Amino acid sequence: MTDVLAVTDHRRGDLRDVSYEIITAGRELADETGGNLHLAVISGTVDEFADDLNREGVDAIHTVDHGEEFNHDVYTQAISQLYDELAPQYVVAPNSVNGLDYAPAVANELDLPIVTDTIGLETDGETLLATREMYGGKVETTNELEGAAVVTIRSAEWPKAEGTGDASIEAFDAEIDEDAIGSTVTGFEEVGGGDVDISEADVLVSVGRGIEEEDNIPLIEDLAEALDATVSSSRPIVDNGWLPKNRQVGQSGKVVTPDVYIAIGISGAVQHVAGMKGSDTIVAINTDPNAPIMDIADYAIHDDLFDVVPALTEEFQ
Amino acid sequence: MKILVTVKEVATVEDEFEIEGTEIASQYLGADLNEWDDYAVEEAVQLQENGIADEVVTVTIGPEDCEQTIRQALAKGADRAIRVWDDALEGVDLLDVNAKTEILSAVVEAEEPDLVLTGVQAGDDSFGATGVSLAEEIGAQWGAVVNHLEHDLEDGVASVRRELEGGVEELTEIDLPAVLTIQTGINEPRYASLRGIRQAQRKELDVQALADIGVDEGTIESELELTEMYEPESESDVTVWEGSADETAAELGELLREKGVAQ
Ligand SMILES: Cc1cc2nc3c(=O)[nH]c(=O)nc-3n(C[C@H](O)[C@H](O)[C@H](O)COP(=O)(O)OP(=O)(O)OC[C@H]3O[C@@H](n4cnc5c(N)ncnc54)[C@H](O)[C@@H]3O)c2cc1C
Ligand SMILES: Nc1ncnc2c1ncn2[C@@H]1O[C@H](COP(=O)(O)O)[C@@H](O)[C@H]1O
Repeated sequence: MTDVLAVTDHRRGDLRDVSYEIITAGRELADETGGNLHLAVISGTVDEFADDLNREGVDAIHTVDHGEEFNHDVYTQAISQLYDELAPQYVVAPNSVNGLDYAPAVANELDLPIVTDTIGLETDGETLLATREMYGGKVETTNELEGAAVVTIRSAEWPKAEGTGDASIEAFDAEIDEDAIGSTVTGFEEVGGGDVDISEADVLVSVGRGIEEEDNIPLIEDLAEALDATVSSSRPIVDNGWLPKNRQVGQSGKVVTPDVYIAIGISGAVQHVAGMKGSDTIVAINTDPNAPIMDIADYAIHDDLFDVVPALTEEFQ
Repeated sequence: MKILVTVKEVATVEDEFEIEGTEIASQYLGADLNEWDDYAVEEAVQLQENGIADEVVTVTIGPEDCEQTIRQALAKGADRAIRVWDDALEGVDLLDVNAKTEILSAVVEAEEPDLVLTGVQAGDDSFGATGVSLAEEIGAQWGAVVNHLEHDLEDGVASVRRELEGGVEELTEIDLPAVLTIQTGINEPRYASLRGIRQAQRKELDVQALADIGVDEGTIESELELTEMYEPESESDVTVWEGSADETAAELGELLREKGVAQ
């Protein structure tokens, strides 16, 4: 029980970035346990994926050729069977939306503890120390686990594995029980289209829950107009119906990289930051000096947006 | 059709706070109904209003203090509530996913709902795992991160949309009984009306100890142990502008002019 089994992620024909990051995370763990790093590649064009994933540090790649797209029952069955075959110490999965659709089921089925959304992992082979955030990123915690475990990793926390590896690539003959498959994907849909493409904007004036009420949104629109900028937002603003879906920045919205991103009353939750951390210059206006957005901001104003925003608008009128 | 909604009271933290051991000092903590569970409750209540569900029951693992939060869900239209707590859970820093699964599955066994709705994640410890783990435990189907549910469940199938990354939604058919983890934005959670709040006081809130639901104390010990809590080390070299709003706005204005992005 020293090996590590890492599960890769793909969608609609493409491997997702976290698949390469999980190789790095898995390799680090395997180095500490002194074991091998196994990758599982389940569904889709598995042979193509396996070639691409054969990077430095991978010892073995197990492909399960079953269906095109993700199905959580197929994943759960295949991973459980791989676990029985390989007896790894750790099963590592991405903390993606699909990862969260199977990893907890795998853990429960195998009677293993699970720790999700980790940003740091350390082990002496027996005790796992997992670092993760709580309270929307306000604090970090260390979580201790004895023995085997299922772990999910946050994306963009580990570097992508590079180079070419010399892993063995084998088809794993998983016995998928079709009768136990109780969900069917019938299609995909892109949402958030429309007249405005916030990913094209040079300057984004982005509004979050700090704005409090729909009636206050014009404050932000006035500023955007004065700056000749575009309005975007965090998720709750769109959830509330105060702005359309195509304005949402983040994991489930758009990824933006403007010259200047002004985050107004936005705390900087990981799912928001995923969509804007590549911006050239980030300015945060927030009453909370400890808000996680401060960690990635270049400039900050620790003050009330209802005072600062009108003053700024006035500057440019 | 009967719907069980898992409802958590989450801890909220003030802007400035202190850490004591592996906890935030209690004077800096507040409490609220978990945002994601608010949407799950609303979804269940709407299914009832549309004549699809006959009963909406909430279940919470938590101490007596959280009854006010549970009553919020009752005020919004849930029919009755179950609260599970036990001396054995007192003083536990963190109930891990396995422990919650064990307890919630015992309640599911007793209640036999056709549909269980949970939140995608709890806003405080954010494991994002309880719903799917619970589904596996009770042998039900599931769907994680659901942001649309068709209100036609008569034929034993839930047609849902799962919100994936990057503005892509997956359309999925899920056999019932199922556990769905509900994403924010799926509906517009209502505010409780005064009448609802009054009625909630009279609704049944059933308190159960572990033994009452047939759970052995020994099996709910968390395997995950919280050993450290600290404020993240900031890697940023953020420039903080100080002064009145006019002064800080002027600084920002100057930056924007310097960058040539505004005149
Ligand atoms: C699967 C999943 C996907 C998600 N996808 C996304 C996504 O794509 N995009 C996204 O944004 N989120 C997403 N989220 C939600 C995310 O976790 C956060 O809940 C959300 O980003 C919080 O938005 P916010 O910062 O506006 O609100 P909050 O976190 O409530 O922050 C409000 C901020 O405003 C500040 N504030 C309050 N009053 C004032 C004032 N008067 N002046 C100045 N500042 C003030 C507060 O200090 C606080 O920092 C997702 C979550 C999940 C689970
Ligand atoms: N103590 C609890 N009592 C009731 N439901 C809970 C509890 N903890 C978590 N849940 C449910 O599980 C969901 C996901 O929580 P988590 O996996 O902890 O992020 C929450 O949105 C709740 O619906």
